[in-house]
Amino acid sequence: MSFAGVDFYDVDGLLSEEERAVRDMVREWVESELMPVINEHYTTHSFPKQLIPQMGELGFYGANLPEEYGCAGLNNVAYGLIMQELERGDSGLRSFASVQGALVMYPIFAFGSEEQRKRWLPLLATGEKIGCFGLTEPDFGSNPGGMLTRAVKDGDEWVLNGAKMWITNGSMADVAVIWAKTGDIDDSRSIRGFIVETDRDGFSAKDQEGKLSLLASDTSELVLQDVRVPDANLLPKSGGLKSPLMCLTQARYGIAWGAIGAAMACFTEARDYALNRVQFAGKPIAATQIQQTRLADMLTEITKAQLLALQLGRLKDAGTFNSDQVSMAKRNNVDMACECAREARRLLGGNGILVEYQSMRHMANLESVYTYEGTHDIHGLILGHAITGLPAYE
Amino acid sequence: MNSIVCIKRVPDSETRVRIASDGLAVDRSGVKFDMNEYDKYALEEAIRRKEEAGEGLVTVLTVGGDDARETLRQALAMGADEAVLLRAETGFDGLPVAVALAEEIRDRPFDLLLFGKQAIDDDGMQVPAMVAELLGLPAATVVVSLEIEAGRAVARREVEGGHETVEFDLPGIVAAQKGLNEPRYPSLKGIMAAKKKPLEEKDVTLVEGGLELLELSGPPDRPEPQILGEGAEAVPELVRRLREEVKVL
Ligand SMILES: Cc1cc2nc3c(=O)[nH]c(=O)nc-3n(C[C@H](O)[C@H](O)[C@H](O)COP(=O)(O)OP(=O)(O)OC[C@H]3O[C@@H](n4cnc5c(N)ncnc54)[C@H](O)[C@@H]3O)c2cc1C
Repeated sequence: MSFAGVDFYDVDGLLSEEERAVRDMVREWVESELMPVINEHYTTHSFPKQLIPQMGELGFYGANLPEEYGCAGLNNVAYGLIMQELERGDSGLRSFASVQGALVMYPIFAFGSEEQRKRWLPLLATGEKIGCFGLTEPDFGSNPGGMLTRAVKDGDEWVLNGAKMWITNGSMADVAVIWAKTGDIDDSRSIRGFIVETDRDGFSAKDQEGKLSLLASDTSELVLQDVRVPDANLLPKSGGLKSPLMCLTQARYGIAWGAIGAAMACFTEARDYALNRVQFAGKPIAATQIQQTRLADMLTEITKAQLLALQLGRLKDAGTFNSDQVSMAKRNNVDMACECAREARRLLGGNGILVEYQSMRHMANLESVYTYEGTHDIHGLILGHAITGLPAYE
Repeated sequence: MNSIVCIKRVPDSETRVRIASDGLAVDRSGVKFDMNEYDKYALEEAIRRKEEAGEGLVTVLTVGGDDARETLRQALAMGADEAVLLRAETGFDGLPVAVALAEEIRDRPFDLLLFGKQAIDDDGMQVPAMVAELLGLPAATVVVSLEIEAGRAVARREVEGGHETVEFDLPGIVAAQKGLNEPRYPSLKGIMAAKKKPLEEKDVTLVEGGLELLELSGPPDRPEPQILGEGAEAVPELVRRLREEVKVL
């Protein structure tokens, strides 16, 4: 039985025909291409690399960037729906596409020279080149402004030194967008972005071992030791911490949609299971009050999240959204998906811990999603700052 | 290589179809629609032929209501060049549809006219052969492979218990069966491009057909499973039932 989505409030009716066509295509693709292989990749801790070219051919990477750079030129709602459907399959696949599109292609588009755009965007759009985004460091996660990675000008080259941690796609990447301080180590305004080809001398990547979440995703540690790049690799329009934060706003927007996909997968699985699992007096567990309210809570939260994401997308398309609104959607929707996955897993009883069912895979994945791209707490603080005008980070 | 592909909007194959209260139509509310699966093979074949030839036009045609526009745009997103909607209320009768299609196709130049072997809603399997008759064209139905060389087509078709290979001159008709090819996904660029491709609409009046629909009925409910006993003791009764009730022995 293929995935039919969850739509209690006719949210479909708020989508254009084109947006629905995009959603349906990605949904079908996930069903036929990802679902048959995801468990194997999850249990062997490998990313389904064989899917990279086809996703590129279909236009999944940076789909909201302009056609002149080889991208699909979709609106942001259609882009969000792609993320939703990919994460319905697995957060790892959505993470791959998020990083490639929002964290690698977007900064090259937004802060790059025309030459950099023309050189890199078409190759990244097809998946011929894979990118990663290096912001987080071992000692600077929620507080990236404190980063220690430095870039020092030497003639017409830059010399980069530092270590980046938790980097999605890090080991597979052909190119990394690396954020480094070009000035004083206390000066977060001196942060600039660099395009670093990963085959340059002094660049190394190492798989992060021991993960219990996002197992079908490449998460790596990067070390840059006297890596030299030409001045032409500096993203000329990047400047200060706000540049990487602008990238994160793009990625967080996609995550707000992606989380809905994971939650829909878990809700659907829980409902179907409840209807089929018979305990006591020959009745399906779906006929019990506890499981009904459990499902009711899940459906209610999913519906709220859908409306939140859709209106955010409309604001983004109108060019009037702000990053605080993105924080609310990322925070709410990922938390909602975590709860749905956990409740679905519980509803499934013993079977809920098996990989044959999806809920525990989503539940484990979503713990990463809860933490990356600004933790749940940090988005609470961003909202608190927006509400009160008083920053409480420090 | 110019092709015309006739497609139909049908309920998605996984939709639970309900019969409307008058017993003569399918309740369309809440039903998800899609392009008929077999039409996707037909369309894919047309697009591939065009791509291989490096030139040509793929035209998609449907007889249906306003909502069939969405299905035509789906075909344009997959790679068709232009679409025509012949607007009419269709029923279960193949003939009025075949006549409308033949009228539209008659004046259009083409090499291949493609259909799905059947539409999965009414499973009529009539329209391709009827259009062939109306236009006086050769037709191969239930086609699983197709080769074309120098204006001549060789089609392998499924027949009861085996395969049959037929040859005919183009222009000709092919009705596609699963296996002919693997239909592509419409790419995101394709979906974007579809908006800009021509979609012509005209109202048509369908002729009277020869079929009168008396009643629609769903498949019978599955009977409750019965447990006849356990182990060897249950075998005689099982054999008796299989022989006398199910009549398979
Ligand atoms: C699977 C995965 C993939 C990732 N991919 C990437 C990537 O591709 N590129 C990249 O640059 N980074 C990536 N990250 C890094 C991610 O963004 C960070 O893990 C995240 O920002 C949190 O940082 P941290 O792990 O250092 O936790 P910390 O910042 O140390 O936080 C620890 C805890 O303290 C809380 N906390 C922190 N500050 C405050 C405060 N002021 N007040 C109250 N509570 C606070 C946090 O909410 C959290 O609960 C990835 C992470 C994971 C897990």
